[in-house]
Amino acid sequence: MTQYLDFEKPLAEIEGKAEELRALARANEEMDIADEAAALDAKAAVMLSDLYKDLTPWRKCQVARHPDRPHCKDYIQTLFSEYTPLAGDRNFADDHSVMGGLARFNDQPVMVIGHEKGSDTKSRIERNFGMARPEGYRKAIRLMDMAGRFGLPVITLVDTPGAYPGKGAEERGQSEAIARSTEMCLRIGVPLVSVIIGEGGSGGAVAFATANRVAMLEHSVYSVISPEGCASILWKDAEKMREAAEALRLTAQDLHKLGVADRIISEPHGGAHRDRTATIEGVGRAIGDMLKDLTGKDRDALIKDRRQKFLDLGNKGLAA
Amino acid sequence: MNWITNYVRPRINSIFSRREMPENLWHKCKECGTMLFHRELSDNLNVCTNCDHHMAITPRERFTALFDGGVFTDVAVPEPKADPLQFRDQKKYPDRMKAAQKATGEKEAMLVARGEIGRTPIIAAAQDFSFMGGSMGMYVGNAIIAAAQEAVRLKRPLILFSAAGGARMQEGILSLMQMPRTTVAVEMLKEAGLPYIVVLTHPTTGGVTASYAMLGDVHISEPNALICFAGPRVIEQTIREKLPEGFQRAEYLLDHGMLDRVTKRTEMRDELITITRMLMNQPPAVRGDLPAPEPEAEATKAPVEKAPAKK
Ligand SMILES: [Zn+2]
Repeated sequence: MTQYLDFEKPLAEIEGKAEELRALARANEEMDIADEAAALDAKAAVMLSDLYKDLTPWRKCQVARHPDRPHCKDYIQTLFSEYTPLAGDRNFADDHSVMGGLARFNDQPVMVIGHEKGSDTKSRIERNFGMARPEGYRKAIRLMDMAGRFGLPVITLVDTPGAYPGKGAEERGQSEAIARSTEMCLRIGVPLVSVIIGEGGSGGAVAFATANRVAMLEHSVYSVISPEGCASILWKDAEKMREAAEALRLTAQDLHKLGVADRIISEPHGGAHRDRTATIEGVGRAIGDMLKDLTGKDRDALIKDRRQKFLDLGNKGLAA
Repeated sequence: MNWITNYVRPRINSIFSRREMPENLWHKCKECGTMLFHRELSDNLNVCTNCDHHMAITPRERFTALFDGGVFTDVAVPEPKADPLQFRDQKKYPDRMKAAQKATGEKEAMLVARGEIGRTPIIAAAQDFSFMGGSMGMYVGNAIIAAAQEAVRLKRPLILFSAAGGARMQEGILSLMQMPRTTVAVEMLKEAGLPYIVVLTHPTTGGVTASYAMLGDVHISEPNALICFAGPRVIEQTIREKLPEGFQRAEYLLDHGMLDRVTKRTEMRDELITITRMLMNQPPAVRGDLPAPEPEAEATKAPVEKAPAKK
């Protein structure tokens, strides 16, 4: 069953009507509904493309958080072979909100790391809704370091509301873990490419996305703070999230203009969740292209390229 | 330590005037309620003389107390694009900036300076919590990069005093990008083999803590400073329970292994001199190599010539 977002409600009604008609026809063979159903389908198709043609920033946040959107696990399953998860930070625990391990991408051995939100109640709880604790970042640090030493490119898939704001996470040094993860991103002498596949939430995203190349899915978002959080601080009203989403410039399109995202990966008609296979394939092609871009660069050149990319940020502006 | 405030010399480089004297000569300590005479309070570096509560101190006041003879030179910070997102909430970002500049007399939320402490040449950077909560945007990022580059150029240690509510939301993603940018700055210092000492002051939170503030060779905090990634209110809302007393305070972080030391502001300078000199492989600071304390009447006199170092 399709899970409709609030702004898709008119669409849900039409698609629901078409579905009802077909159900009626199945029960009553004399009924001829073909024309009527086809008309509804056509109407729904037009509405879908209208809705997604020019999504507002807030609607993009909703699409980016859609529960049916492909998640890290789906990308790993489809795009990589011989995926061998590696667990634990060798210090405290294994954080299930961060997946990572050795794998092959187009036969090339790589290290893949990403946030996993989970796909049903049970797995969402197990994955802590994609909100990593310090152990998650420390596992990522360990894997990136290993990849650097063995010359394996690193691919990170970012999809997190943010680092987990919990008591234990703070006690065990959430800040330090994130800072060290960013530092490790900047240190490794192998290609590091990152794709924001859903939500790029604040420091928890930076810790993985300090990469040579950053791609964003068309309706993904990447922001310093959630629109709700920003609204409650600056507007003193969490309900002003639409205004905040607008002001924060968190869409892939704006981030591309600002030079934060190097490329945008287009999503299928009606968003990634309406055609997961096509979305995953698109991400696969982008990863391949980004890695190809970086081939032939040696260790020092890769490190320099990454640092310079971030030092240069802020020079590119948004056209008014 | 008090003698040092007697050597405040007019800063040639500063285009901004010092903040005006408070109209009220008495300041009530929020912790213990003691009424403190402003002069006595500033002589004690804004630390309550009764209960040791550490109140806010501006970067300029801090540097005046930190550097030998109160003498330091501002390090220029490249100016970023103003209001890169054309951000407006209930107010326009440029209006908020103007208000902060007017209230603080400073250009932005970080001050970078070079000078000497106990005859040890250093670069220092200090974040100004009174300027939009010390928030980290492009300017603060540029300031830290400039500080690191200056330290590398002159082969000096960098001492950074952090104080911030986090990233500057009005710069959106560009404020977030200061996390990797400042981390690049720290990498420059580490590669050059130069000490990077972070003094965490109240409060240091959010993206600031999760980048340059937690990447020092040595982490020192002022007593009772709030240091965290997620703030206590956010955590209480998430876990729906009350947090224990002292949670995320400096002493708590010391207990949990995130800090090397918790040091009173009035003892900080000596400690920084001791540590930087050891890390720079220099002989111990000689007591006699500093200008001697002068009586009150000397306050307006021209700066004292540096005494030659005695062995
Ligand atoms: Zn007091």
